[in-house]
Amino acid sequence: MIQIWAVTLNSFREAMRDKVLYSLLFFAMLMILASLAVAQMTIGEYEKVLRDLGLAAISIFGLMIAIFVGIGLVHKEIERKTIYTIVSKPLHRWQFLVGKFLGLSATLLLQVISMAAAFALILVFAEAGLHSSLLAAIWLSYTELLVVTAIALLFSSFSSPVLASMFTIGFTLIGRLSSGLLEFAEQGESSSESFRRFARILYRVVPDLQTFNVRTAASHEIGVGWEYLGYGTGYAVAWSAALLLIASVIFHFREFR
Amino acid sequence: MIGSDSVIHCEGLSKRYRGSLLRRSYLALDSLDLQVKRGEVVGYIGPNGAGKTTTIKILMGLHRQTSGRAEILGQPVGSVAARARIGYLPERPYFYDYLTAEEFLHFYGTLYGMSAQSRRQRIDELLPLVKIEHARKIPLRKFSKGMLQRVGLAQALINRPELVVLDEPSSGLDPMGRMLIRDVIFELKRQGVTVLFCSHILSDVEDICDRVAILVKGKLVKLAAVDSLIQETMHSVEVTVRGFTTEELSKISAEQPILLTPERATFSTPDHESATELVRRALDQNLKVASIKPRRETLESLFVEHYTAEDQDRGANPEGNQR
Repeated sequence: MIQIWAVTLNSFREAMRDKVLYSLLFFAMLMILASLAVAQMTIGEYEKVLRDLGLAAISIFGLMIAIFVGIGLVHKEIERKTIYTIVSKPLHRWQFLVGKFLGLSATLLLQVISMAAAFALILVFAEAGLHSSLLAAIWLSYTELLVVTAIALLFSSFSSPVLASMFTIGFTLIGRLSSGLLEFAEQGESSSESFRRFARILYRVVPDLQTFNVRTAASHEIGVGWEYLGYGTGYAVAWSAALLLIASVIFHFREFR
Repeated sequence: MIGSDSVIHCEGLSKRYRGSLLRRSYLALDSLDLQVKRGEVVGYIGPNGAGKTTTIKILMGLHRQTSGRAEILGQPVGSVAARARIGYLPERPYFYDYLTAEEFLHFYGTLYGMSAQSRRQRIDELLPLVKIEHARKIPLRKFSKGMLQRVGLAQALINRPELVVLDEPSSGLDPMGRMLIRDVIFELKRQGVTVLFCSHILSDVEDICDRVAILVKGKLVKLAAVDSLIQETMHSVEVTVRGFTTEELSKISAEQPILLTPERATFSTPDHESATELVRRALDQNLKVASIKPRRETLESLFVEHYTAEDQDRGANPEGNQR
């Protein structure tokens, strides 16, 4: 386990010293700040718009960090051949991937906390109030980032960074749309059987990222129960573990040129 | 399992890289049989593309062999148990430049499962050994190429390995850096550590290694003790004397000197015995013996000879490595 800890700490250090991370964080802060101005321009529902924009900023920029930093973490090791000195040490390749995943998860947690703190300050400044459902929405957004990080690690374990980015973004979009698509296929009267079957398969093989979306409820200050929080967290852990398992099998057989 | 004195054991080891639409498959290593005994320093030499790095990558578990078997310290290559006892410095290494030298070595020490205390102790030993103690707290991005190579060497030794594999450790280093690498290898040899040393700098291989393996186009063409290789090819022994008169010179040898100046005369003798006789006669005449030099083929010329022969063989058999 000490080997996983070493890789986790090193990945955390690497991600925290990555300029891309700070650029993204800067724009996230800017967007959270801008939500104040945008909300001013709306007629009515000022507080709701403020909450919507803030939660969206945290989710979108969190996803960008997870995808771009996540893919870079493994790819850089291969491109710069630092992987040679790592995989020749007495650690299993899956330990390396799990360490990378945990390192980025810790980085993301810190980023989400920073963005959440900025968001909370804006809400306090705008006297919009702090409802516990916001915290639940932010937590579930973070657990979604864990799944996306695992997707990014899976694709970067066998493909180039450009392909890995495209696959990860595609997978994430499908994950966000699959439950809606399934609903549409099941309820739509004109849906063919093959379309229904396709929507069902897609829903099963791709993580349903809408599970982590309670932002609408939070912006209306509707409470999110502990059971749902537990379910969402468990769902994220299970999918992350499954994706890391597949990534580890692929990585195990990979040769580094 | 192999004998306990065998550190590296390769039997019929082959590696074929798969081709693609644009590239043919390529046989990088062809039935390699190689055994390295405990405490030996073995030079692994060959031209570019000979299969040296492929062999090392298989031994380090970075690549898988297509056929044959390889063991390190009695464990299959690539196993965690084998890797725990090896130190490895890859060719042209790149390290985490955001870490300081100390953080960097702590990281690698942790990968070996070393405790914080043993890491600190080992780092205190290694930094002076590779002469970068002054740069302990400096990030690696500020290191010169030579300093990076030294810190790379330190990471290869952090776990007190039983086998150290060095892939072109002297490439791009200045004479001081090369000397340091040589000194470290001598120290490892003194401690009984086995070293597999891959290099293009053949004079270093000649000076440092006990045995040398010459690899050409994936095939092992020669594996022998460096001394025996060089002894086999000794041409003559040259004896240089000083403080002589023409009469005295004619008394010590019937042959004319091959080089004659007012201060020095150099004679060429066919072997050690003739040289010893000539030296005895020079001393009888109260002449000063300035030097006795065996004139022999260098490892470099030997290597070129093997390479050329193998190349001609391949020319006669155009199948070569590509299929």
